[in-house]
Amino acid sequence: MIAGLIRLCDDFSLAEDVVQDAFSRALERWPEEGVPPNPAGWVATAARRRAIDLVRRAQRFREKAAVLQRLEETELDVNPVMLHGEDGPHDDRLRLLFTCCHPALSMEAQVALTLRIVGGLTTREIARAFLVADTTMGQRLVRAKAKIRDAGIPFRVPVGPALEPRLDAVLSVLYLVFNEGYATTESEPLVRSDLCDEAVRLARLLMELMPRQPEVRGLLALMLLHHARRDTRVADGELVLLEDQDRARWDRAAIDEGAALVEEALRQRRVGPYQIQAAIAALHAQASTSGDTDWPQIVGLYTVLERIRPTPVVRLNRAVAIAMAGDVPSGLALLDRLGEEGALDRYHLFHAARADLLRRLGRAESSRSAYVRALAVCSHPVERRFLERRLIEG
Amino acid sequence: MQYMLLIYDNESAAGEPDDAEMAKWFEVTQAMEAAGVLRGGEALHPTTTATTVRVRGGETVTTDGPFAETREQLGGYYIVDVPDLDAAIEWAARLPSADRGPVEVRPVMVLDQG
Repeated sequence: MIAGLIRLCDDFSLAEDVVQDAFSRALERWPEEGVPPNPAGWVATAARRRAIDLVRRAQRFREKAAVLQRLEETELDVNPVMLHGEDGPHDDRLRLLFTCCHPALSMEAQVALTLRIVGGLTTREIARAFLVADTTMGQRLVRAKAKIRDAGIPFRVPVGPALEPRLDAVLSVLYLVFNEGYATTESEPLVRSDLCDEAVRLARLLMELMPRQPEVRGLLALMLLHHARRDTRVADGELVLLEDQDRARWDRAAIDEGAALVEEALRQRRVGPYQIQAAIAALHAQASTSGDTDWPQIVGLYTVLERIRPTPVVRLNRAVAIAMAGDVPSGLALLDRLGEEGALDRYHLFHAARADLLRRLGRAESSRSAYVRALAVCSHPVERRFLERRLIEG
Repeated sequence: MQYMLLIYDNESAAGEPDDAEMAKWFEVTQAMEAAGVLRGGEALHPTTTATTVRVRGGETVTTDGPFAETREQLGGYYIVDVPDLDAAIEWAARLPSADRGPVEVRPVMVLDQG
């Protein structure tokens, strides 16, 4: 089809542009309007119309009447194979996903585009999920699509050393969609939980398309293992701690699937942060009671994670795991060192964790003042109520 | 001596120039050509299409939008002819100054004057 257009317009990049544009339109419209009876013909017609538009526009500067006439008179040969490419990096859905998650687009735009174009959600649905006006979301999408077109963001899966950072970007977008749905405990919970389902669906698709990437498997596992606890995280509008959750109500099938995925991923021997976080989540999910949790192994996993991603939050989690494994003084010492560095000063969970360890060591006074500091930097109403309860119960 | 003329305009107010204004642009351009002073010049797509590239610790970091801070000033420009944005970003990241100051990558409009 591209070859036919190049012949007609004498312009390779124009031909490529219009076909790419036609594909984007198809993938945008078909989920809503249904696949037309002759998909290849639909794409060819859309590409030809777009070419006519563009050439007409250019005509203001140069007479291209001959090209225009040829375009208008000629029917294109279509090559239907182009519509059914399922072969790895040549799959159109995969290319679309990498295009939507291109780092030259803002993160907001990447998320919105991915949900719209790859996920097939309507603009209205995305607007509601992110609590913005329909028109705002509509404009965001229009601007992002214009940037893809005008800035020449390629419709392609990168190869070689370029793949890893770009795949990371795709995984970040999917995880952000998931967390957007997961972190919320109030405000339209149903809509938000749909975002989790959508992120899981997209991660499944990505795993099908890139089965040899263990981090993709790791991310899907991580989402499934978190999502398995969705019904027990909040009771009567109050946050329920992992150790107090009703394990009988966890989604057993999701946990089994997540745990199996982690094992498969780790067997590929290219460990990464999503795989390790999933392995930790699996240990939590598989413990029959909170007392049965294999804390020493969790400490080991956090140690590996800290080596790859030495972020303050990872170091916080490792310190807590060390305390939970039985060595509370060492855990507290690590937290105090983190505290001196100051990076987590505005992070309420740091102060809450420190308060908890102090309480376990019987240092009630210090514990209370740590809870007060946690409250001072926490704005989420549900989490605030939780901290207030801890402060009173001492 | 060569000078680069940077044309600033209010993007949101200006919109697409009408035919009369385009004719004036072409008139000035042709006058420059006739005078033998024209070395190159292009119209840029609006800043909404811009991408800013930085290299930090050997890693290429791209962000949406133009470079807006005022501490660094525009010090020069290349026009490269490459297939897509990824290729342009690769070249931008190879510039020796990219680990000090950002490089703004703007697509050039192709207007055939004939």
